[in-house]
Amino acid sequence: MAHRFIAGLLLLCVFILPASAAQKIQRVVTPAGIEVWLVQERKIPIIALEAAWRGGAVANPKGKEGLATLAMGLMDEGSGDDNRVVFHDKLDDNAVEMGFSAGRDTLSLSLRTLSEKRDIAFELLGQALTKPRFDPEPLEVSRRQMIVALERSDSNPNALSGRTWSAAAFPDHPYGRPTDGTRESLPALTRQDVADFVSQRLARDNLVISVVGDIDAAGVATLVDKAFAGLPAKSAPLSVPDVVPVAQAAPIVVQRDIPQSVVVFGGPGLMRLDPDYYAAYVLNYVIGGGGFASRLMEEVREKRGLAYGVYTYLQPMDHAALHLGGVSTRNDGVAESLRIVRAELARLREKGVTAAELANAKSYITGSFPLQLSTNARIAGILTSVQIQRLGIDYLDKYTSYIDAVTLDQVNRVAKRLLDPDHMLTVVVGKPVGLGG
Amino acid sequence: MRLSTVVFSLLALGTVLSSAQAAMFEPQTFTLANGMRVVVIEDRRAPVVTHMVWYKVGAADEQPGKSGIAHFLEHLMFKGTPSVPPGEFSKIVARNGGRDNAFTSQDYTAYFQNVARDRLELVMRMEADRMTHLRLTDKEVLPERDVILEERRSTLDNNPRSVLSEQMSAVQFMNHPYRKSIIGWEHEMRGLTTKDALEFYGKYYAPNNAILIVAGDINAKELRPLAEKYYGVIKAKAVVPRNRPQEPPQLAPRRISLTDARVRQPSWTRTYLAPTRTAGEKQHAIPLEVLSQILSGSTGRLDTQLVQGEGVATSAGSAYDDNAVDQSMFYLFASPKPGTDMAVLEAGIDKVIADLLDKGVTEEELARAKISLRASAIYARDDAASGARIFGAALLAGQSIEEIEAWPEMVAKVTVADVNAAARAVLDLRRSVTGQLLPKAEK
Repeated sequence: MAHRFIAGLLLLCVFILPASAAQKIQRVVTPAGIEVWLVQERKIPIIALEAAWRGGAVANPKGKEGLATLAMGLMDEGSGDDNRVVFHDKLDDNAVEMGFSAGRDTLSLSLRTLSEKRDIAFELLGQALTKPRFDPEPLEVSRRQMIVALERSDSNPNALSGRTWSAAAFPDHPYGRPTDGTRESLPALTRQDVADFVSQRLARDNLVISVVGDIDAAGVATLVDKAFAGLPAKSAPLSVPDVVPVAQAAPIVVQRDIPQSVVVFGGPGLMRLDPDYYAAYVLNYVIGGGGFASRLMEEVREKRGLAYGVYTYLQPMDHAALHLGGVSTRNDGVAESLRIVRAELARLREKGVTAAELANAKSYITGSFPLQLSTNARIAGILTSVQIQRLGIDYLDKYTSYIDAVTLDQVNRVAKRLLDPDHMLTVVVGKPVGLGG
Repeated sequence: MRLSTVVFSLLALGTVLSSAQAAMFEPQTFTLANGMRVVVIEDRRAPVVTHMVWYKVGAADEQPGKSGIAHFLEHLMFKGTPSVPPGEFSKIVARNGGRDNAFTSQDYTAYFQNVARDRLELVMRMEADRMTHLRLTDKEVLPERDVILEERRSTLDNNPRSVLSEQMSAVQFMNHPYRKSIIGWEHEMRGLTTKDALEFYGKYYAPNNAILIVAGDINAKELRPLAEKYYGVIKAKAVVPRNRPQEPPQLAPRRISLTDARVRQPSWTRTYLAPTRTAGEKQHAIPLEVLSQILSGSTGRLDTQLVQGEGVATSAGSAYDDNAVDQSMFYLFASPKPGTDMAVLEAGIDKVIADLLDKGVTEEELARAKISLRASAIYARDDAASGARIFGAALLAGQSIEEIEAWPEMVAKVTVADVNAAARAVLDLRRSVTGQLLPKAEK
């Protein structure tokens, strides 16, 4: 799951637009009452749509792990009168790119179309959303592919370390269950499970949509209704308790005969709407979020050559918040790498960051701000994250001021609140030497 | 976030940096007096630029016994000059709100920064500075050698599929240096020295052996004075022309089998020695792109005949790398359905290929593949930064700007006969390597 969390990080932490683009966000409400955030961008003849529904793999019933992923994979595998082949050929013949995916807290949809093909693109999307067939043949193929991917991930130390971390951190919570299914759950999933999941989760009350590209507000309103108005008004109730990850002093070791161990470590983070979130974000940049500007990279890679990469990141989720990190290092370097990580976290907790580190972090975070919005598809994705996290339509304009407002005192107070190297959960996949339990 | 990556072979990566997508950017170009080529891709949507310097040297240009030195030098380029202390390059870029990285392939080594338009001059100054003023000592070089060894473990040794891919390349290319992996053989990496790096640097890093590509909020007229100021003042030097050993006729099919206790699911791969747009029987290159689309599209032949229904495979596909200075590879890959014997899987694939060679592709398949290729090129315009990268890869493979830009018309002209001729010329077992990745038999 670490890689999923990492993917989530990219989605969740990239939320910045230059003022020029931010000012251009239009809030469009369609005749059917669906809200869309639109940025018109006429320079290239492309339209990008990114939509998300609240409630992802976390809505998988116990024992039906993998259901959300299976269901999303089948959304473009035949609908209405079109079986899988006919539907895909229609997409291909019109150069429409459509993809559904399941995250832990959300389900996502990406649509890309040439502006000249927008009518057929949204018509095909509406057909997929409201008349999915879930034919037995593609269902069996997808199931097989998931089972094989699951087996394959067992020989992938990165996937294995993340999955093991999540399972140990959240023993009695949906966050601890593998999003991609288990050997027991996948064979038992049925067509009815898939159909029920889709009808309960893909609704209008848990939906957010962003569109960026060569289209105006009136065009968006018409097309979005064509595709989405047929969804049920309400999603099924979903009740997921908030949870705190388990900590444990001794690392969990998953023995694998590989030359390099993969380590994941972490503990509680801060929820996205926590008032200290920005201070924590700046702090994390100094710890391990800033690449070569980060302390862990300096100590572990630059000074000692122990690893190719070492990193940390904040992972706020809907019902838990994490501060996670990782390092991959040769088996006889694991103990030393972990010792350095703990020592650096302890030092930061005690002594905090310096004024220069704070200034450098802020200048990177605010200065790199326009780099995010180089493509229509990426801007649409950012806007969808902002909506999902309820950060407000003016959020992009205010982002720089949020970061600028962070003070040294606040960061160092948050360091004491956030960092607790003696209460982390650590997973090592490999053949580590000298960990001493 | 990670400084410096190796551009992996397709077997490991599964994606193509196709010149297909490079055609749509309408670049502006000029050449400095010292021979350095400059390409500008204008995109005014955001006040940002991507600044890249590409050197025409890669892993396939290394001397025997020094595998990995091109990539190692790429790491060491961040270790300082008299005016930028060791390790500061990336930190300065970050303090200016920018991101930087670098990558190495068989044919090139490239460095880039994404920055706000008003920081372009800063990164040009620093990039030009390290073109001639790199200063290395063992103090920085030796820990970095440990880093590249860790990188090799992360990206290659820890993954049996990558190990198989490395072994297959070594067999596919009998004489050409593409047989070595970019990151290098471990035993040779361990012996690389500061002197090796500086010699390689001295031999190949020069303005006349480099291309500057800037994409984003700028045009050629605005860039030219800056390019002249920072890069134009660097003296050209004599660079020995490439003279790589080429492949002899390949006369016998080769097979490789890797059995590894870590493997839970077997997989199957075949590579064929293939021409590119600049090497071998070039006329087949664009038809081969079309062929790969026909084979591996979402309703392509491999999927419909091998994966759907009672098919023998869980997944199947093809890929083709048309961007290389010398001949590259056309790939087929598949995983058997659980419980299906590898021999049955291979027979299934052989049947698809035999049928293709016998009866050829249809007009309908050709039309659909062309639409998809054209669309992917238009969609690529959404990302000028990756456009710069794609364009650079095509230029560094030896394509001219005219050839890159002619791509859409050339695709449009491809006929069924062209695709069939390319398939028959390239999908020849005598020039292939078939590789199996197998789990250790249970006792």
